[in-house]
Amino acid sequence: MIQTRGLRRLFKSRNRTVEAVVGVDMAVRTGEIFGFLGPNGAGKTTTLRMLATLLPPSGGTATVAGYDLLKQQDKVREGIGYVGQAGGSDREIIGRTELVFQGRLYGMPLNAAKKRAAELIEMLELESCADRKVGTYSGGQKRRLDIGLGLVHDPQLLFLDEPTTGLDPQSRARVWDEVRRMHDRGTTVFLTTHYLDEADALCDRIAIIDHGKIVAEGTPDELKREVAGDLVTFSVTGDQHRALGLVKDQPFVREASTEDGLVRLYVDHGEAAMPTILRLLDSAGIHLVTIGLQRPSLDDVFLRKTGRSLRETAA
Amino acid sequence: MKVLRDTWLVFGRYWGLFVHNPVWVVIGVVQPLLYLILFAPLLGSIAKTPGFPSGGAYNVFVPGLLVQLGMFGAAGVGFSLIAELRMGVIERLRVTPVSRVALLLGRALRDIVSIVIQSLILILLALPFGLSIHPIGVVVVLALIGLIGLLTASIAYAVALWVRSEDSYAPLIFTSSLPILLLSGVLLPLGLAPQWLRNIAAANPLSYAVDAARAVFNDHLGDPSVVKGVAIMAILSIFAIFIGARAFGRAVA
Repeated sequence: MIQTRGLRRLFKSRNRTVEAVVGVDMAVRTGEIFGFLGPNGAGKTTTLRMLATLLPPSGGTATVAGYDLLKQQDKVREGIGYVGQAGGSDREIIGRTELVFQGRLYGMPLNAAKKRAAELIEMLELESCADRKVGTYSGGQKRRLDIGLGLVHDPQLLFLDEPTTGLDPQSRARVWDEVRRMHDRGTTVFLTTHYLDEADALCDRIAIIDHGKIVAEGTPDELKREVAGDLVTFSVTGDQHRALGLVKDQPFVREASTEDGLVRLYVDHGEAAMPTILRLLDSAGIHLVTIGLQRPSLDDVFLRKTGRSLRETAA
Repeated sequence: MKVLRDTWLVFGRYWGLFVHNPVWVVIGVVQPLLYLILFAPLLGSIAKTPGFPSGGAYNVFVPGLLVQLGMFGAAGVGFSLIAELRMGVIERLRVTPVSRVALLLGRALRDIVSIVIQSLILILLALPFGLSIHPIGVVVVLALIGLIGLLTASIAYAVALWVRSEDSYAPLIFTSSLPILLLSGVLLPLGLAPQWLRNIAAANPLSYAVDAARAVFNDHLGDPSVVKGVAIMAILSIFAIFIGARAFGRAVA
């Protein structure tokens, strides 16, 4: 659905040139929810705006929704929807009017545009506010209308720039549901986010961008495994060093240590490793007290790939 | 044709926004009325000054007032555009396949229609004060004012897209439009001005529009200054549309 090669963007200000996006190579597959993560200023939004035809790239090539981003902008535009950070609806206008107008911009005849607006209002549960001015909407209603505006022409690919920033948890969950429903209908979704839990829960695959370059790309599980592996911790009644010696040379163990009375093992597949560990300790007559499995979080991945925690950079 | 259809759609959206905001409609009508009531009566005695063109105070003053309306009426249109940039509306429109020229022309058309309506109201209100004009002259003058509006609005939108903030837009647009307006002989005819001022005014395209409007109000529809004024405004408008549409195409946040 998206294929980029060496996509670059420079910004020239009065006395210096800033390279916002240094060279992005990535592929987004048809039908997936693709998450684009990165600290502020890493080039997330710039990349998104280039892919959505809003910003001409300074270099590189890309194919978006089946067309050449540089040469067939209008074809790309017909195939994509875009919901920016600011939203996109005017406070002074009536929600339904805006939806109909948006449909007309994509070439729909008036009746078709009205019908589509009514469909979206029902789908996004905006019935209660659709005929009021956008200025009167709650944050969640406004965000759903903005998403509706991006979906009017039923695009193959939808770009969402930080779709849940600033929403309360309930509205956030609603937006997640909408994104999953789009996914079920076969729409490819490309979203940027600050929230790692969002990327983890929602995205089929993610890419992390830092200093204008992609530093990691894969499914959340792949990335976590690549970075750290699962962590198995256990405690025993007897000598923990003896226990450590028993398990540390197993082929699935990457790293082993003891700390605060716990044996810590970084392993490839936690679920598969645990029974083996149990069996080994049992046959050696070591009595196990506790055992736990911890998966690495995307924050661990982020920290490892960018040298910063996303929470620090977001603040 | 796509550009025309898109222009019509965009016009429809902004016209709807305009008429749903009664404040603007009221201001639009009250403003010219204030000029007529509070300023025009001063002209009675000035009209007797040597150098003042013939045709009566109102036939000299109203054309200038109309040109001013065309220009100032359109100079402020960038404010709403800046608000829309902030709300993400422009970005949203630019992601659709809508024609970039239509994004400009649709909005400018809304501005022109409101300016032309205000101008017509002003002409009608001035009739009882002693203004006289041929109906065809009204059509010509309204077309001229529409062109001034188109020219000014196109530039105003380009400037708004360029500076992207009210704080820079307001001083830029008003400090640049004031000298242009003063040097066009809008308020008082440049026939009264010293030679050096007249020389500067000759380089000001808007003064040709004012000359054209005055000629029309003086029943000199066939005067070359009318064709000249309209032609200059039309050619500059085409340039301005080009610049404005380009600005809509490249707007970078």
